[in-house]
Amino acid sequence: MRNKVSTGSLFPYFIWIVLFVIAPIALIVYYSMLDLDGNFTLDNYKAFFTPVYLKMTLTSFWYAFLITFFTLLISYPTAFFLTKTKHKHLWLMLIIIPSWINLLLKTYAFIGIFGLYGPLNAVVKVFGFEPQQILFTDFSFIFVSVYIFIPFMIIPIFNALDKLNPTLIYAARDLGASSFTTFRRVVFPLTIAGVKSGIQTTFIPALSLFMITRLIAGNQVITLGTAIEQQFLVSQNWGMGSTIAVFLIIIMFISMLLTSQKSKGGRV
Amino acid sequence: MKPLIQATIAILVICGILFFTADRLESAGSKGSTDTITVYNWGEYIDPDLIKQFTEETGIKVVYETFDSNEAMMTKIQQGGSAYDIAVPSEYMVEMMKEKDLLIPLDHSKLPNLQNIDPYYLDLPFDPSNKYTVPYFWGTVGVVFNPNLIDDHLTFDSWDDLWDPALSGKVFLVDGSREVMGMGLNSLGESLNSKDDALLRKATDKLIHLSPNIKAIIGDEITPLMINNEASVALTWSGQAADMMWENEELDYAIPKEGSNLWFDNLVIPKTAANVDGAHAFINFMLDAEVAAQNADYVGYATPNAAAMQLMDPEVVADERFYPNEELKNKLEVYENLGLEWLGKYNEYFLEFKMSIR
Repeated sequence: MRNKVSTGSLFPYFIWIVLFVIAPIALIVYYSMLDLDGNFTLDNYKAFFTPVYLKMTLTSFWYAFLITFFTLLISYPTAFFLTKTKHKHLWLMLIIIPSWINLLLKTYAFIGIFGLYGPLNAVVKVFGFEPQQILFTDFSFIFVSVYIFIPFMIIPIFNALDKLNPTLIYAARDLGASSFTTFRRVVFPLTIAGVKSGIQTTFIPALSLFMITRLIAGNQVITLGTAIEQQFLVSQNWGMGSTIAVFLIIIMFISMLLTSQKSKGGRV
Repeated sequence: MKPLIQATIAILVICGILFFTADRLESAGSKGSTDTITVYNWGEYIDPDLIKQFTEETGIKVVYETFDSNEAMMTKIQQGGSAYDIAVPSEYMVEMMKEKDLLIPLDHSKLPNLQNIDPYYLDLPFDPSNKYTVPYFWGTVGVVFNPNLIDDHLTFDSWDDLWDPALSGKVFLVDGSREVMGMGLNSLGESLNSKDDALLRKATDKLIHLSPNIKAIIGDEITPLMINNEASVALTWSGQAADMMWENEELDYAIPKEGSNLWFDNLVIPKTAANVDGAHAFINFMLDAEVAAQNADYVGYATPNAAAMQLMDPEVVADERFYPNEELKNKLEVYENLGLEWLGKYNEYFLEFKMSIR
């Protein structure tokens, strides 16, 4: 009886997964093997292994890595100090609120902020420097991306840190560990799950960013996302667009595997 | 289990209501009838007073809707649902809509004012003998620049000025493969419709030499940057350039002598039309000399209407930046439909150029 109920209640989820996960992926794989006239071909895959696309894959990877790295660098300490504050949930809320604002709107705001006559350059001028070209540089691209991903990295890390049993830290201190050793040997290993899911929610979307590459980086950074957009909207070559998407899915799958949770012990 | 069923039913009911409302909205918004037409145009692309005047003269009410890209417009017409009687696609979109059989042939006997159009703008390759289209406005691709922010010797009389070392890190390009590849081909003195791999290769190589000068490849965001003097040189369409120059008087626009693109936005009657007679009346009204002159004054783009040009401010019509002279006009080319295979190649080369920027 118990078994029957649980299969029945799983049914909607099963339908959902088939319709919205399996079917789209199958369609993408199917389209990736079609040429412009709808004939079966593997030419799209051959075309992917040309210098242009390989270089693009590497660039996407490199920028996604940089974005994830800096996001983590900022988010972990932030989450750590948040858990120490008095009204930690209020602070967390304040950090999350900007993520409610539309992504495009925030991006446009940065065009103004980074402009030659924008507030940031006004500050630069106060210190007696010439206005700098900030927009359309690597710096602006990574800055804006990191800003956008920070909330998504902080939340899982915050949750992991928050759930950490403080008695473990006391125990470590009682046994003579320094603050740093406590962090390295106790706190960090116990919150690695939060870090991993934070990396997943940052690295994977960062691989396929595309609006920001144009608005903030002025197309000086070309990611796989940009190429997919162009293939679908401009070239109307759904086959090639799907092929790039297939590789993106493969890369995502690999990064999921690398950061997946091991169900070993160690949790409290 | 029970809450699950409830939730599922709730979602289905909400979806049902949404579909029903959407359906009602669509049929209410543009129900075909003899005293109404629905015009589907670009934003800010008509003098609103003329719509009133049209209703006063003919008694036909106008429902006016706008779109912001050719692709979005075609998708909506392809879906059906809304009874658009008039649409305004650009020339390459006309070819695509023709291929997809989305247009209704025009009845020239109902368009006596067609004679007002300068023959130069009739019978163009994208629509021989104007079976489906009437030109509405036209323009070019060129360089908009701020003479106060760059060296005096740069006039953009030639495309090669863009390659000048003095412009290092200053040039903005529009994010379009046809525009940028076309510029590369034009700068070599070749046709921007070339279907020759060797030529495209050469053009791409030349464009790659332009990389050090490129600041960014973006879209409409160029307009505010030029207006605020944050950018000094940009490859763009004459219409966009006119908008910028309206806001920032320092700016100037040039069409290099090697030639460039000539584009058209056209009045068409899509397959969705419910009031074909009303649509013809509207097109004929827009072709009237006085109406077209007033409209061109308001919109600020170049009109193909020769009779209207006679009525317009001679200074505007004599401005060779927007109404280029015969000699230059002969060097301008309309984009031909390259077909998906060559469009794809243009995009691949464009992508290669973009990848070379750093």
